[in-house]
Amino acid sequence: MENLISLFVESVFVNNILLAYFLGMCSFLAVSKRVDTAIGLGLAVIFVEVITVPVNWAIYHYLLAPGALAWAGLPDVDLSFLGFISYIAVIAALVQLVEMIIDRYSPALYSALGIFLPLIAVNCAILGASLFMVEREYTFTESAVFGLGSGVGFALAIAAMAAIREKLRYSHIPDGLRGLGITMLITGLMAMAFMSFSGISL
Amino acid sequence: MSLLSKKNMVFLKDPLMDNNPISTQVLGICSALAVTVQLQTAIVMSIAVISVISISNVLISLIRNKVPSNIRIIIELAIIASLVILVDQVLKAFLYDISKQLSVFVGLIITNCIVLGRAEAFALQNKPWPSFLDGVGNGLGYSMILIVVAFGRELLGSGTLFGFQVIPDAAYTAGYQNMGLMVLAPGAFILLGLIIWVQRTITGTVAD
Repeated sequence: MENLISLFVESVFVNNILLAYFLGMCSFLAVSKRVDTAIGLGLAVIFVEVITVPVNWAIYHYLLAPGALAWAGLPDVDLSFLGFISYIAVIAALVQLVEMIIDRYSPALYSALGIFLPLIAVNCAILGASLFMVEREYTFTESAVFGLGSGVGFALAIAAMAAIREKLRYSHIPDGLRGLGITMLITGLMAMAFMSFSGISL
Repeated sequence: MSLLSKKNMVFLKDPLMDNNPISTQVLGICSALAVTVQLQTAIVMSIAVISVISISNVLISLIRNKVPSNIRIIIELAIIASLVILVDQVLKAFLYDISKQLSVFVGLIITNCIVLGRAEAFALQNKPWPSFLDGVGNGLGYSMILIVVAFGRELLGSGTLFGFQVIPDAAYTAGYQNMGLMVLAPGAFILLGLIIWVQRTITGTVAD
C-alpha cells in the first residue's frame, strides 16, 4: 500500500508526465488558453489513462510478452514487436467506447468534454503512459495507480498553465515571444517549480 | 513538369523556416524536447522521424482516393504505427544502445502530431511526389530545431558535443561549471522558448 501511495505522489509531482517527460505537449499548448476547457481536457485525460494503462497491461502480459501465450499452448511465441500498434488500437477503440458510454449515460459530462475526447486518442501522454508501464515492468495495481497519477499530473499542469495564461493576456510581451515562445518559458519555470518536489519519498 | 521544379521546391523549403512544424505550426513538441540531451540521440531521432513522415505521406497520398473519410484516421494511425514498428526494430537491431536511450520516444512517433498532422493537412489532398517532398521538408524542419536544441543542451549541460569534450579542462580549473539545469527538463523548455523567439523575430511571425 505504501509503495502505491509513493508511486502516485511520484507520478503526479516528481515525474510529472508533462513537465518531466514532455508528453502531451501538443494539447497542453493548444488547449491551455482558458481554465475551464483546460480542466475539461484534464479530467478526460485522467479518465482515459485510468482505463487504458491497466487494459494495455493485460494485453501485454496475456498476449504480447515473450511466453505470454503459454495459456494458449504457444510458449515460444514473442509478439512484443506488435506492442505499438496494439496499444494505439486499444487507446483509439477505448476512447471511442468511452465517448459513446458517456454520451448515453451522462450527456452533461459529454457536452462538457466536447471535442476533447476524440482528441485524446492522439495525445502522447496516453500512449506514453502505456509504454512507460511496459518499460518499468509495473504490476497490475501499480499500472492502475500510475495511470491515475500521470493523468492527475497532466490535469494539474494544464490547469495551472491555463490560469497563468489568462493573466498573461494583460501583459506586454515582445512580438516574437508572444504565444508559443512565452508559453515555453513559463513551462520551463513551472518544470523547475515541480522539480523541487523531487526530494519527496514516502 | 520536372521533379524538382520551383513549385515543388516550395514544399521542401517552406517548412524549414517560414512554416516550421515546431516553432510555427506548434506540432510535435513532445519528442523534440525529450531526446535533446545529447546530439547523437537527437540526430538518430531526426532520421527516424524523417523516414516515418515521408513514407507515411507517400502511402497515405497513394490511397487518398480509396479511403472513406470517416475511417481515415484509424487507417492513417495503422500505417504510421506499422512504419514506427519497422523503425523501432531497425534501431534495436543496429543501434541498440541508442534505442535504449530513446526508450519510449521512438514509439511515441506514432502520436507525434507532425506525422498525423501532415497526413491530414497535406497528403490527403496531394499527389505522392509533392507529399513526399512535404514529408521530407517537415521532417527536416523538425530535425533542425531538434539539433539546435540538442547542440545547446549538450554544450552547456555537459560541455561535450557528440560525447567528445569541447570545453577545455583549463576552463574548468578556472572555475567554469557545466550548467546542470540544461540537462534537466526546464532547460529544454527555456532553450526552445528562446529559439522560437529568435526564429519568430527573423521571420516576423506575430502570434495574437
